[in-house]
Amino acid sequence: MSAAEATAGALPRRRTVSTRFFRSELRLVFGRRRNQIGLAVLAAVPILISIAVKTSVSRPQQGAPDFFDSITQNGLFLALAALTIELALFLPIAVSAIAGDAVAGEANTGTLRYLLTVPVDRTRLLVVKYAAIVVGAVAAAFVVSLTGIVMGLILFGGGDVVLLSGSTAGFWDGLLRVLGATVYIGIGLSALGAVGLFFSTLTEQPIGAMIGTVIFSTASYIADTVPQISWLHPYLIIHNWMAYGDLLRDPVSWSQMGDGLWVALAYAAVFWLLAWARFGRKDVTS
Amino acid sequence: MSEPDHRAVSTTALSKRFGHQLAVDGIDLAVPSGAVYGFLGPNGSGKTTTIRMLLGLIAPTSGSLTLLGAPLERLGTSLPEVGALVEGPAFHLYLSGRANLRRLDAADRTADPRSASRRIDEALDRVGLLAAADKRYRAYSLGMRQRLAIAAALLTPKRLLVLDEPTNGLDPQGTREVRHLVSSLADDGTTVLVSSHLLSEVEQVCTHVGVMHVGHLVAQGPVASIRAGSAPVARIEVDRPDAAAGIMAELGVTEVRTVHGAALGELGPVPPEKVVAACVHAGLAVTGFRVERPSLEDTFVALTGEGFDVSG
Repeated sequence: MSAAEATAGALPRRRTVSTRFFRSELRLVFGRRRNQIGLAVLAAVPILISIAVKTSVSRPQQGAPDFFDSITQNGLFLALAALTIELALFLPIAVSAIAGDAVAGEANTGTLRYLLTVPVDRTRLLVVKYAAIVVGAVAAAFVVSLTGIVMGLILFGGGDVVLLSGSTAGFWDGLLRVLGATVYIGIGLSALGAVGLFFSTLTEQPIGAMIGTVIFSTASYIADTVPQISWLHPYLIIHNWMAYGDLLRDPVSWSQMGDGLWVALAYAAVFWLLAWARFGRKDVTS
Repeated sequence: MSEPDHRAVSTTALSKRFGHQLAVDGIDLAVPSGAVYGFLGPNGSGKTTTIRMLLGLIAPTSGSLTLLGAPLERLGTSLPEVGALVEGPAFHLYLSGRANLRRLDAADRTADPRSASRRIDEALDRVGLLAAADKRYRAYSLGMRQRLAIAAALLTPKRLLVLDEPTNGLDPQGTREVRHLVSSLADDGTTVLVSSHLLSEVEQVCTHVGVMHVGHLVAQGPVASIRAGSAPVARIEVDRPDAAAGIMAELGVTEVRTVHGAALGELGPVPPEKVVAACVHAGLAVTGFRVERPSLEDTFVALTGEGFDVSG
């Protein structure tokens, strides 16, 4: 037994700032089979699109989404097409699964009471949990985007990028814009993750928190299409999510993405604080 | 809260209300440092609720508490020195026993990461789980799960162990091992608060006991003093119990009653041999005589007015 341990009973133990718990949380999230399968499903979408587009390349398509037309010209657009498709449901589900599980999952297995008696301060627990959710959300967006980039470059090649505004950018410039779009989407998804974290403090059933979070994003999409409540649209969490296309213009139009970042920040702050207010004094009887 | 320094756990009028039900009703718990405190009572009597309050998992409705000298608002300062087993083991199913312990150790800001592997192995070894350390928790039997939970409470040196029903799910061999573990920890100077609804499991190791009954702490103190509170009972087996009862009452024996084929009563200062002599002298056929000091369990049944059943 070391001297430090021998005196531990007499002196207050040293508290250190450490990333150990955060790293442990990441191992828990990314080591979980369910989450790994979820990421694989996210990666499957750009692969499927690339094969579908490749095999139907000779047939002219009508009414395809913006980015689809461009895929055959430059593989980078495959990443954007996949992000567009997955942003409606698949990516929100992935983030909801991680966020909904954050506190409710620990409560459900009973591990929450043991974390709290270690002790892990409740505020610290929510900080670490949310940090892991943010990493998960950004990772989910990058899994889609990087798979799209790799598959796109393999099947359709790279080269200069013809932007949506008609002008041409170099390959590396284009790549940077696609990665920027991925980060922007990751930030939007992180805001949804804060909503999920809050829902996760309300229940001991992780499935309930997950479904609630998916419903929240889907209901926001629906509300965004109802013209009678157009005053509400700018405040909906998903309203600016698709604005990342503005990065593919020349010059880049920042205004809607700027709004999107503010809305995401507001959602993240409000819902994290709600989670804190709820969880900080909650009786843990699980 | 006199002598707070000598109390590992101390509560004053601690209460907890869930809706309309008063789960814990104004208890004054006093666990002396170095004691092995048996926290007893039927299922549903408020033991676990009390333990959850001590560990900061639920907030008291009223009253105060100190844990290793720290009041409720600063529980975080004393909890690193408290090992806890609350309402059964709970771990991540798909992680191994060792990985589960590593996660708990990672969450502990006061634990030294450099010694983590060694401490985890020592804790696993102490509960006899080293061989199964890399099996998934999902594959553990209930007894192994219980052992892992005890190992988790021993990851760092502790001054206080709070063990809620630690022998639940253990076979007799495992129960004995837990008793030995509790004894050896107590020998090292660790205070142990062990709750149980099975008195016989903790009776041998406890120095102090507290008895809960429907939210009240009905008795508390050193084992010897609790036991001394109950009088020895004489039981005489005769052919005419009613006559024997009459003789006993004349001699000054109290609480005299008859059962089939025998008379019983609390002896008090009456010498037992006098009872036998008087009965024989009166021509009764005495076939058996016994003086029983009630077991701790009998004392508790008397205190709680019932067996160790569920209380509402």
